[in-house]
Amino acid sequence: MSATVMQAPPKATSTAALLGRRRRRIDLAARVFAVVATLVGLAFLASILITLFYLGAPGLSLHMLHTVTRAPGSNGGLANAIVGSIIQAGLGTLIGTPIGLMAGTYLAEYSNGTKLGNAVRFVSDILLSAPSILIGLFIYQVIVVPFGGFSGLAGAAALAILVIPVVVRTTEDMLRLIPITLREAAIALGAPRWKTIVFICYRAALDGLLTGVLLAVARVAGETAPLLFTSLGNSDYSGLGSAMSSLPITIYQYAASAFDDWVQLAWTGALLITLGVLAINIVARTLVRRR
Amino acid sequence: MFSGNSTTMEQATTRESALPPQQRGTLEGPVKLSMRNLDFYYGTNQALKNIALDLPEKRVTGMIGPSGCGKSTLLRVLNRMYDLYPGQRAEGQVLLDGENILESSVDLNALRSRIGMVFQKPTPFPMTIYENIAFGVKLHERLNRADMDARVEWSLTRAALWAEVKDRLNTPASGLSGGQQQRLCIARTIATRPEVILLDEPTSALDPISTLKIEELIDELKRDFTIAIVTHNMQQAARCADQVAFFYLGELIEVGQAGQMFTAPKQRRTQDYVTGRFG
Repeated sequence: MSATVMQAPPKATSTAALLGRRRRRIDLAARVFAVVATLVGLAFLASILITLFYLGAPGLSLHMLHTVTRAPGSNGGLANAIVGSIIQAGLGTLIGTPIGLMAGTYLAEYSNGTKLGNAVRFVSDILLSAPSILIGLFIYQVIVVPFGGFSGLAGAAALAILVIPVVVRTTEDMLRLIPITLREAAIALGAPRWKTIVFICYRAALDGLLTGVLLAVARVAGETAPLLFTSLGNSDYSGLGSAMSSLPITIYQYAASAFDDWVQLAWTGALLITLGVLAINIVARTLVRRR
Repeated sequence: MFSGNSTTMEQATTRESALPPQQRGTLEGPVKLSMRNLDFYYGTNQALKNIALDLPEKRVTGMIGPSGCGKSTLLRVLNRMYDLYPGQRAEGQVLLDGENILESSVDLNALRSRIGMVFQKPTPFPMTIYENIAFGVKLHERLNRADMDARVEWSLTRAALWAEVKDRLNTPASGLSGGQQQRLCIARTIATRPEVILLDEPTSALDPISTLKIEELIDELKRDFTIAIVTHNMQQAARCADQVAFFYLGELIEVGQAGQMFTAPKQRRTQDYVTGRFG
């Protein structure tokens, strides 16, 4: 060892200790703040869930599940609303998913840097955050008015429009996660572009794509505003061509009514939707985790 | 078995190298793939300058040179992979059995079935081992189940992987080790029965044992295929290649028989590189 090794300057121990104490205090404060904020958020959520269960659970019965909505005091159920919701959300997803999937594929695979691609992405993002009542009014103008009446089909169309941007976004994000080397490997074997996308990219991103669709279903299942001007509601089972009942609309109508049994059904319906959305979210999360 | 490889006298003469002797690798035999006045551009940036190189049939050509010298770029020209990216373009000629594959009229999917490629990192498809092989085959041929089974076994055997996977052909390929995945990728490539195989640093992500296996495999494969291998590993080039080409800054500096290139290179820069003085 030579004698000219540079000496580190001596540490000012008192300052270091002081700084350490200050840092610890700030750390503690930040941590307390974060925990409190989390608890406040969770408290609201828990109170909603507890209230829902407390007030909604007593109305859960087989009778409610297979009886249609009836006049106040005549022991009605929610069957037509449940079926209507499933039909409209299901059909909306069925219509919206292929469109969203195609658009998302275009954005991720073909649009790179093109003006059209950027425009599509921008419009889709706006659609994602558009107030859903606007979508309802739009469908009212283009379907309900020209075809002369409210219909389940119009409701499904409104929900489809809400499904599209959710699916576009997740499809694009999931496809972009697929490494470019995987695409090149398929193309190097002589696979045309479309086969590479359908058989390699979709397959690699399958769980993610399914998750996107499920999240879209979860989103539209609870939508009320787009149905107000489109499927309106119905007190019995109905076909797609006429006004159709749905859980959110029924809740909206019943919750504000003066009849105890209707209010009870509104709570029960709210609980059903919440449980349904919760179940869909859990499935979606499990799929994501499997990746 | 390999159509298009039949060497009639006529083909042999037309496929003789047109390069002046000093630019030619000194290997005897017909030329499978030859590059003439080949320039390549990433946008305005020229990555390959006036390349002239012959790949002799059923021999291994090693491509060496420091990072960024254009050797991987050259491989991507040979199977037109660059076509995927707008702004990249090649000028000049690349003759496969005398036919210019840079022509815009060339059927790229058919071309890529004749010139296969294996990448630096193993890229198993998200499917079973069996399907990984069958995917490529199905793109170009219609085989019944028995023929496909036979093809899968043949290619996995050729890739020295059959013994390790024959009992789990229907399990996901992602469950294989890195070295096995790379051999699967090689099997997948030879399953389409190409004439030329391009290997882009196929062992750089692998451990020494797997690397050894792949090098043995290359030695075995050159009986049927014309092979080009890009490598950063000088020993690997010395072990595997019959002919070695040294690239520097987008230019082909020297090409020669492997032995000569490592012991008595003609160019100063080649000598500096192979002796480790730069690069």
